[in-house]
Amino acid sequence: MAALITHSPILIIVIPLLAAFLTPLIGMTSRKARNVLVVVSLVFVAFLVFALARDISINGIHVYTLGATSPDLSIPTGFMVPVRIILEVDGMSVFFGIIWAIVSLAAAIYSLSHIASETGQNRFFTLLLLMVTGGFGMMFTGDLFNLFVFLEIASIAGAALIAFRTKFADTQEGGFKYIVVSAIASLMVLFAIGLLYAQYNSLNIAYLAQVIQYTTLDKIALGLFLIAFAMKTGMVPLHLWFPDAYSVAPASITGMLVITSHACMYAAFRICFTLYGGVINAPVVGWIIIIFGLLTMFVGVTMAVFQKDVMRFMSYHAISQLGYMWVGVGVGLAVLGNPGLLATYGRDAMSGGIFHILNHALYKPLLFFTGGALFHYTGTRDLTKMGGLAHKMKWTTILYIIGTLSISGIPPLNGFSSKILIYESVYQFNPILTITGIIVSILTLASFTKAFHSAFMGAELPEYKEVKEVPRSMIIGMVILAAGIVFVTLFPSLIVDWIIHPAADALIDPGPYISAVTGAIP
Amino acid sequence: MMEYIPLDFPFLAAALLVGISFYIIIFKKNLIKLIMGIAMLAAGVNLFLVSLGYRAGGTAPIYTDVPEGPMVMSVPQALTLTSIVINVAVLALMLTMVIRIYRHTGSLDSEKSRRLKG
Amino acid sequence: MLTKIVRTVANQLILFIVIFGLYVIVHGHITPGGGFQGGAVVVSGIVMLLVAFSSQELKKLLRERVLSIVESSGAVIFIGLAFAGIGTVFFYNLLVGTPIFGRVPAIGPGPGDIWTGGVIPLMNFAVGLKVIAGLSAVVLALALFSGGEEVEE
Repeated sequence: MAALITHSPILIIVIPLLAAFLTPLIGMTSRKARNVLVVVSLVFVAFLVFALARDISINGIHVYTLGATSPDLSIPTGFMVPVRIILEVDGMSVFFGIIWAIVSLAAAIYSLSHIASETGQNRFFTLLLLMVTGGFGMMFTGDLFNLFVFLEIASIAGAALIAFRTKFADTQEGGFKYIVVSAIASLMVLFAIGLLYAQYNSLNIAYLAQVIQYTTLDKIALGLFLIAFAMKTGMVPLHLWFPDAYSVAPASITGMLVITSHACMYAAFRICFTLYGGVINAPVVGWIIIIFGLLTMFVGVTMAVFQKDVMRFMSYHAISQLGYMWVGVGVGLAVLGNPGLLATYGRDAMSGGIFHILNHALYKPLLFFTGGALFHYTGTRDLTKMGGLAHKMKWTTILYIIGTLSISGIPPLNGFSSKILIYESVYQFNPILTITGIIVSILTLASFTKAFHSAFMGAELPEYKEVKEVPRSMIIGMVILAAGIVFVTLFPSLIVDWIIHPAADALIDPGPYISAVTGAIP
Repeated sequence: MMEYIPLDFPFLAAALLVGISFYIIIFKKNLIKLIMGIAMLAAGVNLFLVSLGYRAGGTAPIYTDVPEGPMVMSVPQALTLTSIVINVAVLALMLTMVIRIYRHTGSLDSEKSRRLKG
Repeated sequence: MLTKIVRTVANQLILFIVIFGLYVIVHGHITPGGGFQGGAVVVSGIVMLLVAFSSQELKKLLRERVLSIVESSGAVIFIGLAFAGIGTVFFYNLLVGTPIFGRVPAIGPGPGDIWTGGVIPLMNFAVGLKVIAGLSAVVLALALFSGGEEVEE
């Protein structure tokens, strides 16, 4: 068991990759064997992630060097710099890993019957497992170029999955927009990595954090990194592709794409707080992030109010909730140089932002899955054509209500816990941020109630007479996420103490991250 | 003659390629021209990566008939190779989607073939 | 289908192109080259065949099931070789010192020794296999697709 935990960073990345390439071989023989392979590999990966999280909370940061004679030999004898690809897992990485494991398991189980009528299902599951690999790679790596490679793997697999239903034209358009934006963002990231390598001759994040000086080229590289990752997470004004890509994909893929954009946010945090941690001009960068986060919150919810397509409507809400996270962590960044203010409200603001990431990752895929359930038998995503579906789809209605109460921040559900944490701490920084947040929350509740009324309430329509409840595996996928929501609702302070505060502390202080790799000089 | 060529030429060429490709991506409407712009952006970034790996007086790390001198550690070349492989996959995917968009909507103009609005 | 001259020349040239591509793959650890580069050379030979003969003819030669099996097994062999060293660390080069590809190269200029490198030449073979199968599937699918038919499951 101890050996399994030592090797678990690389096993978590490689087991979905192996399963992805075994899927066509096994899928040629039997469908059930392929379904079993997909689900079993994701369950095993989830088990490994939870074991690793428990071990990190006890023993500290895990470092894994690929190809050395022992896993934590990051600097070989006779060398002064780390030379191999190093995976480094700390509190923040494993937090995102837990989210990704839960959501990808739920999405895979949901897809088992959602795409059962399509051709080419072997390729669907191969691409889904490749996307899981890409996400885990982005979260666990300690090397800049590895980040680029896994970012591209996740983007290419995601774009191919968005365009999976080839009979329709709008899926192709959404997939095309996604791959164009991803290609441009990744090439900008590669350019910035080249700029950093040219000056310091190393690609390792921990080593670069030690030797970086804030020259002009470093500032250009920081700007390129932040613009590229903001493009990928849908920050205003670079958000125009986001609803197009997210509304046309199969519903399980949309849930996973939300977590992929969270992973890009993780990469942006890793660059701002750890790589440039000691030298960054914290108030300026923090204020820029706060202002764009406010714009994102506001533009997202105002565009969502008058949408008719249910998935497009939810993706605009996803944009606005991502704004909350940027504001929370941006406030923490803005007061990073000031230890007094940091202890008063900075750490709480960052904890609020990070807690909101967890909650959003639980209720947003749930809402997208219910949207997919609405699409599954009615064949339409248009809210004006739907009506009276609550009579037949009881489970879907209940899960939709749970999701709506969470996203609007109604007590006692989990959305309320994270939003109150953000509001209280951000109010001491600047009251305007809290007021905007509360207005956005009210508009969110209003628009979701309107959508609920038009889709579920009302008399039964004659054209939906043979609509029945969605298949069992789709319900199981949604119930996994709802169980997570209920767990976070019942034990918020437990979650904050055990998962959120270690993650926030790992970002605020890059010292342990750096010394775990470079302090291993014999 | 080689000493009079300033060493900045490759970087200027890479910057020119990146600049022209951003102009193409932002202002041109034809979808195939957009894909060509992305290919040109990839070429510019690859050229930048290779040209920053230049070490005066070094030789390639190959043993057969090697001249005297220190061998360079070929990390930028490995980065460029990985980037080329990834861009092959991305370009193939983009071309497939454009062919399908053309089949469904009959036009390669990005304004006329839009279906998702608002 | 192009004229008889082009078809005959293509038939003769494909042998040299494939041999050159395999040479680049096999010698990947001592000369410039490796898995992807050699695979791309072989696929360019296949593109030449695609232009000389029609894509319908080539579809009979490269069946979709065979390409899928070869591609998946190439990737599985690669990951399996990486797992072989999991006793120490993942990707550990456990063949150094053993008779299979395990010699340590001598320092100094000289002709390269092919039996060096450990696990790396075997990984080059696996990657080359995967690239040949994968890229020829891509090229064939695009040629068939623009000709008007879709590749279904």
